[in-house]
Amino acid sequence: MSAPTVQDAGGHDGLEVLNLRKEYRSTGLFGRTRRTVRAVDGVDFHVPPGGSLGLVGESGCGKSTAARCILRLAEADSGSIRYEGLDVRAARGPALRMLRRRVQMVFQDPYSTLNPKRTIGQTLEEPLHVHGIASGRAAREAARALLGEVGLGTDAMERLPSEFSGGQRQRIGIARALILGPSLLIADEPVSALDVSVQAQILRLLDELRERRGLSFLFVSHDLGVVRHICDAVAVMYLGGIVERGPVREVFDAPLHPYTKILRAASPVPDPAARVTMMRIEGEIPSAAAPPPGCAFHARCPAAFARCSQERPLLREVVPGRAVACHLFP
Amino acid sequence: MTQVPPSPSHGPVLAIRGLRTEFRSGRNWYPAVRGLDLTLNRNETLAVVGESGSGKSVTALSILRLLPEGGARIAAGNIELDGKDLLTLSERDMDRVRGDRIGMVFQEPMTALNPTMRIGDQVEEALRIHRGLDRAAARREALALLEEVKLPSAAQRMHEYPHQFSGGMRQRVVIAMALACRPQVLLADEPTTALDVTIQAQVLSLLDELKRTYGMSMMIITHNLGVVALIADRVAVMYAGQVVEEAPVRSLFAMPRHPYTEALLRATPRVDEDAGTLAPIPGQVPSIRAMPPGCAYAPRCPLRRPPCETEVPPLQADGDRLLRCWVRNNERIAA
Repeated sequence: MSAPTVQDAGGHDGLEVLNLRKEYRSTGLFGRTRRTVRAVDGVDFHVPPGGSLGLVGESGCGKSTAARCILRLAEADSGSIRYEGLDVRAARGPALRMLRRRVQMVFQDPYSTLNPKRTIGQTLEEPLHVHGIASGRAAREAARALLGEVGLGTDAMERLPSEFSGGQRQRIGIARALILGPSLLIADEPVSALDVSVQAQILRLLDELRERRGLSFLFVSHDLGVVRHICDAVAVMYLGGIVERGPVREVFDAPLHPYTKILRAASPVPDPAARVTMMRIEGEIPSAAAPPPGCAFHARCPAAFARCSQERPLLREVVPGRAVACHLFP
Repeated sequence: MTQVPPSPSHGPVLAIRGLRTEFRSGRNWYPAVRGLDLTLNRNETLAVVGESGSGKSVTALSILRLLPEGGARIAAGNIELDGKDLLTLSERDMDRVRGDRIGMVFQEPMTALNPTMRIGDQVEEALRIHRGLDRAAARREALALLEEVKLPSAAQRMHEYPHQFSGGMRQRVVIAMALACRPQVLLADEPTTALDVTIQAQVLSLLDELKRTYGMSMMIITHNLGVVALIADRVAVMYAGQVVEEAPVRSLFAMPRHPYTEALLRATPRVDEDAGTLAPIPGQVPSIRAMPPGCAYAPRCPLRRPPCETEVPPLQADGDRLLRCWVRNNERIAA
């Protein structure tokens, strides 16, 4: 597969995110700001048309916040987000409506995002009405066709979300994301609530849809195995920043950043022979409310030296197509 | 730390025979565990692996006799701990088995911790109740246990409350409490499922280390084949309330024999392998209310033949493993 990679376009195609920042402040009892959490702290990435980027990392690394900013489910504090040439952060009125058609979201738990009292048909047709795309019979036809495309029978139209299994609900979630004909799907842990056998069904469906519709994916996940199977590029996040970025196979087969190495080694593979590679992993992820100075990872890093606790390393290209934020790669 | 003297008895520490656990739906009872045979040997780590609906967690609850009252029952079988049937014990005696002889670690540590009690007090309480230690001795032992599970700055942090701890640290505290009574068996149901992978690796290696130092046997229940490969000595694969294949960990992964085991491995996306190898399993796990008459996996199985759909295959020995499959067992006999 010669899909485009993250780095190969600097133009206005696809999704371009530059220096994205988002802070959350929690206020104390008397309205004073108690602490500031830098959830996303200067993140750059690019998803070319038809490309798929995996945003991976552990809890609190900022991967979901970054995705939410792109969807305007959270407002970024600074930085630029452009999609198909459109300024996402500044979009209002018709531009924002257009954006909502072009960029759609698939959630982890489809059940919590489906209205339990509405039939699947109603759920799928509603966006068509809201956006004035189709109504009546045309809307029904569009919904039926889509159900077929995601592998559900058209009898699903009249049924309620509670009548479906987890895997079927995720198919419904995907159908709803596709009904407006988006070009970019942002999926936040779309298969982590599913059993392995069903998970593989959904991954295959996403792959087929991407091929058939030429979709781009931004795929947020903690599961490196899943990302390897669905993405062509990956960005590894740690405490609000990207520490490594590159083609998925290269990054996972030969990680460069010490954190990527640890994350990769800790990701279990179904092979007892791989046990020997399970290294000692020290420490926990520090709170983003009190990030350490210098490199965010230095306190846990087996290779840290003096500079790492003083100066934050920048993400820079170290071999063609691969970028790392680490003082080991000057 | 005190070593537990080796148990005088031989044979498996835990033996489950013909276990049938049923759940009520309306007026009828439906089996979630259907004639389960499983043994846990001394000093062994047995992984029970399966997807939702396989009956793996119901098995754990059956062993501990923690099934929801009224809605579930053990309809047949026995569960022997050191030769003594747990199902015949009074509720009071069973209370002492839980914690004293079987330590428990569940997926969500907060369900095992009291949010209004300091961490140290909770571990102390376990020591006072189960081991009859006085306050001062319990305090010393609690600190030793928290250090043993590698809680950083344990002497200070034992005065904190559970909400001040991360998920990984909470799970360490739960493990310390499970160890408080020096159990013979540690029963861990998805102990790392809620944790990040780097923390999961830490907790799994801690469990493995503690199992060795304490001379415990461990039964770990998980849906994650990667976790199984990391920690198990032997693996039992469950499907629809039965063991379908049981084998030493290396043989199972090197050569899965049951079509379900094989399919499960091919459906697992691996970080060390390229895409294109991923093969979904068609269909879904049968509902306990609509169990197929023959092999429960037959409707999804590419190898199925006529007998598979009408007769339940027995769990038969096949070299170093046990296998429940008409086709694969006959292949071996024919060969």
